[in-house]
Amino acid sequence: MTTSQDLLFRTLADPTRRALFEHLCHHGEQTVAALTAQAGVSQPAVSKHLRLLKQAGLVLDRHEGRQTHYSARRRALVPLLDWTSQMAGFWEQRFDDLENLLNRMDQ
Amino acid sequence: MSDTPTETRSVVVEREFPHPPDRLWRALTQPHLIEEWLMKNDFHPAVGHRFKLQGEWGGTLDCEVLVVEPDKALSYTWNFTHADPAFDLRSVVTFTLTPTGTGTRLRMEQAGFRPDQKQAYGGARAGWPQLFEKLQQVLEKSA
Repeated sequence: MTTSQDLLFRTLADPTRRALFEHLCHHGEQTVAALTAQAGVSQPAVSKHLRLLKQAGLVLDRHEGRQTHYSARRRALVPLLDWTSQMAGFWEQRFDDLENLLNRMDQ
Repeated sequence: MSDTPTETRSVVVEREFPHPPDRLWRALTQPHLIEEWLMKNDFHPAVGHRFKLQGEWGGTLDCEVLVVEPDKALSYTWNFTHADPAFDLRSVVTFTLTPTGTGTRLRMEQAGFRPDQKQAYGGARAGWPQLFEKLQQVLEKSA
C-alpha cells in the first residue's frame, strides 16, 4: 500500500502529468496528438509523461492503427482516498511534532 | 481492507520516546502543550469534560473525555459533525503509555471509523492538502 501510494504521489506531484491526467478525466479518451495540442509541451515530453502515468496505473492505452489512445483510470486514486492510511499519516506527523515538543521540554 | 460493511475500523500508531511517562502525560494533557503538537483546544483532564480541537483547516472536532489514568491512559471522543455521511465522523482516540527501560512507549488507537468513510477530517488535510483536494475534485467532477 505504501509503495503504491508513493508511486501515485510521485507521479501526480508533477504539474504537467497531473494536468494530463485531469484532462483525461474530464474529456475521456484522447490521442497523444490531441493531448499535446493542449499540454503546452512537446509531443515526446507528453509521451514520456503518459508512459509514467501508465506505469503508475493512472492511465490505460489503446492502440488503433498508428494512433495510441489514452484514457484515465480513476480507480487508481482509490488508495489515496483511503482514510485509514490518511489518518495513520496524520498521527505519524503529530507524533513527530510531539517528539519535538518532548525534546524541548527536556531542556 | 477485508472488513465487512458493518464493521468499523481503527488506526494504531505506536512510538517509543526517550522520555519518562510523566513528561508525555503533560504533553498529552496540558492545553498549551497539546496545542504545540496536536491542535488548539480547551482540554481539561476530567472524565466527562467536553472540549473542542480546532483544526488548521478551519474545522472543529467535538470531544469528550472518557478515561483519565495519569501517566497511563487517556481517552476521548473525536467527532466531526457533517451533514454528508461521507464526512461525518464518530471515533474514539485512546492513548496508552507504557514505561520501557529507556523511556515510554506511546500507543494511539483511533477506533470507530466506518468502512464507507471516505474522508477522515484532520488526517485528510494534514499531509497533501492541495493535491488531495485536487484529486477529490477530479473524482467528483468525473463521477
